[in-house]
Amino acid sequence: MTLSGLVWANLRRNKKRTVLTMLSVVVAFFLFGTLRSVITTLDKASEVGSEGRLIVSSASGITFLLPQAHANRLQSVDGVKSVAWANWFGGYYQNPNDFFAQFAIKADTYLPMYPEIAITAGSVDEFMRERTGAIIGAGLIKKYGWQLGQKVTLKGTFMPGDWEFNIRAVYTPSDPAFGDEIMLFHYEYLYERTGGEITPGWFVLELNRPDRAGDIAAGIDAQFKNSVGPTKTQTERAWNAGFVTMWGNIGFLVGAIGTAVFFAILFVAANTMMMAVRERIGEIAVLKTLGFGNGTVFGLVLAESVLITVLGGFLGLLLARTAFLGRNALSAFFPGFGVTGGTIILGLVMALALGLVSGAVPAIQSARLSVVSALRRVA
Amino acid sequence: MSHPSKASTNGKVLVEIRDLAKVYRRGGEAIRVFENVNLEIRQGEFLALMGPSGSGKSTLLNILAGLDTPTSGSVVVDGQEITRMNGKRLAAWRSNHIGFIFQFYNLLPVLTAAQNVELPLLLTSLSKKQRREHVMTALGIVGLTDRSEHFPGQLSGGQQQRVGIARAVVSDPTIILGDEPTGDLDAASGKEILDLLERLSTEFGKTILMVTHDAHAAERAQATMHMDKGVLSR
Ligand SMILES: Nc1ncnc2c1ncn2[C@@H]1O[C@H](COP(=O)(O)OP(=O)(O)OP(=O)(O)O)[C@@H](O)[C@H]1O
Ligand SMILES: [Mg+2]
Repeated sequence: MTLSGLVWANLRRNKKRTVLTMLSVVVAFFLFGTLRSVITTLDKASEVGSEGRLIVSSASGITFLLPQAHANRLQSVDGVKSVAWANWFGGYYQNPNDFFAQFAIKADTYLPMYPEIAITAGSVDEFMRERTGAIIGAGLIKKYGWQLGQKVTLKGTFMPGDWEFNIRAVYTPSDPAFGDEIMLFHYEYLYERTGGEITPGWFVLELNRPDRAGDIAAGIDAQFKNSVGPTKTQTERAWNAGFVTMWGNIGFLVGAIGTAVFFAILFVAANTMMMAVRERIGEIAVLKTLGFGNGTVFGLVLAESVLITVLGGFLGLLLARTAFLGRNALSAFFPGFGVTGGTIILGLVMALALGLVSGAVPAIQSARLSVVSALRRVA
Repeated sequence: MSHPSKASTNGKVLVEIRDLAKVYRRGGEAIRVFENVNLEIRQGEFLALMGPSGSGKSTLLNILAGLDTPTSGSVVVDGQEITRMNGKRLAAWRSNHIGFIFQFYNLLPVLTAAQNVELPLLLTSLSKKQRREHVMTALGIVGLTDRSEHFPGQLSGGQQQRVGIARAVVSDPTIILGDEPTGDLDAASGKEILDLLERLSTEFGKTILMVTHDAHAAERAQATMHMDKGVLSR
């Protein structure tokens, strides 16, 4: 046996209690890992998107459309290389609760602007030839078990009716943060089916002079200020970050829940250690009688609580990591959702801190314990 | 003294207790457990300490073990004045010099007999193999090698106390102290324990101080001291 053997023996003394405490730590750190990954994924998402591409959207808000006529005027702006536009299509496949993004795009100019959309099956040519053609993210293909060439029917929501599409190409994003659960189809299809009722939701501009993006954006907004469709022009990255700030309150909520969980677990672990030490006062006195120093006794108790929290924390984080590997339950809402190494390290540090804090009081009590009075109490 | 002949084998003075006093203060009131206690214990002596309940036997034993501190006076063991040591040094000193036997055995229930005996050795630099050898030797002395893997809950009171003795002798301490080591045992088991202590004294030349309420137990020692109303007489 060794000193660590003694710690193990003490942990096994009340297996049920140790396991239950450890399980609560596991659950807490699974939660921590998941919640924190929401924040890290959102943070990362706000850094996605090109600084070189400009997005022109309605100054009134992202749900407002812009006049088609803006396209030509944007094309003639100095420094703009090409113009594309797109719109949202809020459809669903079979299950209305199963959300994924669909964009109607002005494909001939849109696709060349997005090298992220790396076609891995089918081809852009086939897509371009067909009015109802669609490019589908590899994640969606897998999720719905679709195949290249398959005809799929989406139900529209604010553009009602059954919408048929033919899968003509599959993309795998060259940057995972772009997301692989997006569907792209021809803007013209949307335009024609709605009888010309629809206009662009936003324009995408590729610039000749990306270094002048700020000036160009300001110039565009000034130009359209008094038009029928005032604009808000920003880099794509800023545009994406704008969506993320819509999630900002979630970040706060997540932080608050995480903190609450942390303290709840702190009390659970501290209580366990208090009980463990209280019922062992006599044994600690015996150890001291045998010559175990206050520091050694302190360390034995602290090691026990740290072992519970670090082991529990490790298991919880590992669980979160494996649960959200690759495609997972949350990656449809947060593209690229996963537990990062940074989160695991932070979690382990927190588990260590949790163990130290929850074990501190009983460890100090044990170190200070007077042998004589403890033995008197027990005997 | 039941074994006067043994006194001749006793050697140098091992323990010197000088003007020892223990006084508890509660509010304005002083509880004098004892004052002016003087005692010499020679190497290899086996002494019994008797006295009424509350007379301070355990207190004296605890001070000698470095577990309690006197109000005044000094205790010198083998040339070292333990009453001047701080807590840290005292703990280290205990592990080297004191083997303590408790009335209620006080084995750790989560450890096997062998592991319990091994506990004091965890504080030494002995290798795992060396520790194992010492443990088996100690268990051999108390006749429990076949029970080494048993947990305290699987042993009788007498057997548990024998493990307690093995734990007290495993690090070959300078003095063995027992606070009513047979106090919780039936006559037969108590006799086994006393036989063991006697063997430790005669065969191994151990210095032993044992508190007891039992005159028959005290008879097994070479000399009996009495503590009464704060006075120690030999
Ligand atoms: N913390 C304390 N505060 C005040 N008095 C104390 C304290 N601890 C012990 N005493 C008193 O010291 C005296 C001696 O106690 P001690 O345990 O040494 O007696 P004892 O001779 O071992 O008795 P017993 O035979 O019952 O074990 C008792 O009167 C006890 O009440
Ligand atoms: Mg006593």
